[in-house]
Amino acid sequence: MSVRDVLRGIIGIELDENDPFGRPARRRTLDISHNVILYLEDITVSFDGFKALNKLNLTIDAGELRCIIGPNGAGKTTMMDVVTGKTRPDSGTAFFGQSIDLASLTEAQIAHAGVGRKFQKPTVFERHSAFGNLELAMTADKRALPSLVARLRDEERDRIADTLRLIGLGGEADRPAGLLSHGQKQWLEIGMLLMQDPRLLLLDEPVAGMTDDETMRTAELFVSLAGKHSLVVVEHDMAFIEALGGRITVLHEGAVLAEGDLAAVQNDPRVIEVYLGR
Amino acid sequence: MREPPLPPLLDARQRAGLGIFLAAALILVPALHLVFPPGHVLHVSTYTVTLLGKIMCYAIVAVAMDLIWGYGGILSLGHGLFFALGGYAFGMYLMRQIGRDGSYRSELPDFMVFLDWKDLPWYWAGSEHFLWAAALSIAAPALAAFVFGYFAFRSRIKGVYFSIITQALTYAAMLLFFRNETGFGGNNGFTDFKRVLGYPITSPETRLALFGVTAGALALSFLFVRWLVNSKYGRVLTAIRDAESRAMFIGYDPLWFKLFAWTVSATLCGVAGALYVPQVGIINPSEMSVANSIEIAVWVAVGGRGTLIGPIAGAFAVNLAKSWFTVSFPEYWLFFLGLLFIVVTLRLPRGLAGLWRAPRRKDAPPEAEP
Repeated sequence: MSVRDVLRGIIGIELDENDPFGRPARRRTLDISHNVILYLEDITVSFDGFKALNKLNLTIDAGELRCIIGPNGAGKTTMMDVVTGKTRPDSGTAFFGQSIDLASLTEAQIAHAGVGRKFQKPTVFERHSAFGNLELAMTADKRALPSLVARLRDEERDRIADTLRLIGLGGEADRPAGLLSHGQKQWLEIGMLLMQDPRLLLLDEPVAGMTDDETMRTAELFVSLAGKHSLVVVEHDMAFIEALGGRITVLHEGAVLAEGDLAAVQNDPRVIEVYLGR
Repeated sequence: MREPPLPPLLDARQRAGLGIFLAAALILVPALHLVFPPGHVLHVSTYTVTLLGKIMCYAIVAVAMDLIWGYGGILSLGHGLFFALGGYAFGMYLMRQIGRDGSYRSELPDFMVFLDWKDLPWYWAGSEHFLWAAALSIAAPALAAFVFGYFAFRSRIKGVYFSIITQALTYAAMLLFFRNETGFGGNNGFTDFKRVLGYPITSPETRLALFGVTAGALALSFLFVRWLVNSKYGRVLTAIRDAESRAMFIGYDPLWFKLFAWTVSATLCGVAGALYVPQVGIINPSEMSVANSIEIAVWVAVGGRGTLIGPIAGAFAVNLAKSWFTVSFPEYWLFFLGLLFIVVTLRLPRGLAGLWRAPRRKDAPPEAEP
């Protein structure tokens, strides 16, 4: 247990890892001067010999809305695990902007740096109210001891109420999240991501289980978020992907198979082979 | 930047309950004990005062256990260790208070004379001071919990694995304390106390003072943990319990949230242990036995996890039943305890606390809850 860890956890002082005098660090700032928000280079992840990712190269531009498709086992979820720090790559580098090396940070630090993630299965805090879920997700001092005395300010309350309206849960603020419908939970989780004010959103099958109407409203929301945020969406629903209208990356066996707009990808013979050929 | 007022920590009913409890513990019981002579129908016997004082110590442990298990989702099967550490730390002071009144008329505690030791071991330094011993009974369990918890939570040990390791930890500590060389009286532990703060430890006034301090400590522990779980910290702690990776990906580091609750919980156990020893008059390594720690979990399960008041009720119910059974039908106590655990698990998943909550819930549909 290093002095740095203890100080960070107990009294909330973050010390700069590279500073010889151990002075408090500034908040990690995202450098997108080359207009790229995410670089994955030669990322390899293997589980018991199975290569979930095999020298994956992927770059996401700042403000971009990128769709990732691919058959089961192509490595889509593993790719998100690597970006969010859940899985450490065996080799390769992952950079958030120009300067933040994702391999050196914990999940919580990556979240603070500005990466938000939505899980494949909607994951909300079922015992907490919809309001409470958004409150916990909101950007704030998220260390243990400061949270003992944390109080909601009026403008924070307003921000939560605005987000609840945006995700169509304005009337469900006090309802335990566990009692919401599947689609409402998906929206609540998206709302939690928005409260984090992330620069990069990773969305794993965000419209699974939604009605067609909900799916199209989700697409509208995502398109409106692009530009201010960068979005990476993993989906199987082609109507949804078409409505998003962004660039598409096809993953296959842990590597990029094709990249381009929807028409180009759909006419790519290798993509057709992967999807229909077996 | 105006902040809305905080919701009150206790509602009117709970404030009244707390008031009644404190009035009973600080006025009624002492009055009945002192005013009426033994044999009178209203007399509260020394046995009863000691028994209730002991159970209040257990209730503090139950509150501590509920913080970490009910709200943190971390089942410790080693909380007896922290209780015993607090008890031993304060017991050192009580041993020093014996002075030269021990069997060997020595400044050293009897067991050290028996072992032919000439000096106090270094870790007994300062134990003659009340404040040092009181501080140690808080610091020793807190430090042990912090160091163990840091490595366990950093390694992301969870669920049954964590429970088993805590059990191994308390078992190992018990074996260590059984050894005479450890310097804590071995098998016999500490006993034969004479005084606390210079007052005779068995006098009615001292007993009642200890009883009152314990009641106050229980009330403060309850209020403190209640404040803790109602704060944003507490909501994050339950969020981590319910969906740890979701909490991590919105930026909370579970390590520090768990570690803080864990350390607070151990500290409360230490306080309870320090209050237990002068009232019961003995501390020995059996307090660290695995069965003792499991019993703590039983009180909380019987009372109702995540309710705070339930575990207090559970500690009282189980221990009152235990003291009655072990006198009347000693051979059936463990059967009864097992039966109780099964009945509560099958019939009362919310424990005793669910008994008085269930009717209110039926009137109002869940949507109507505030």
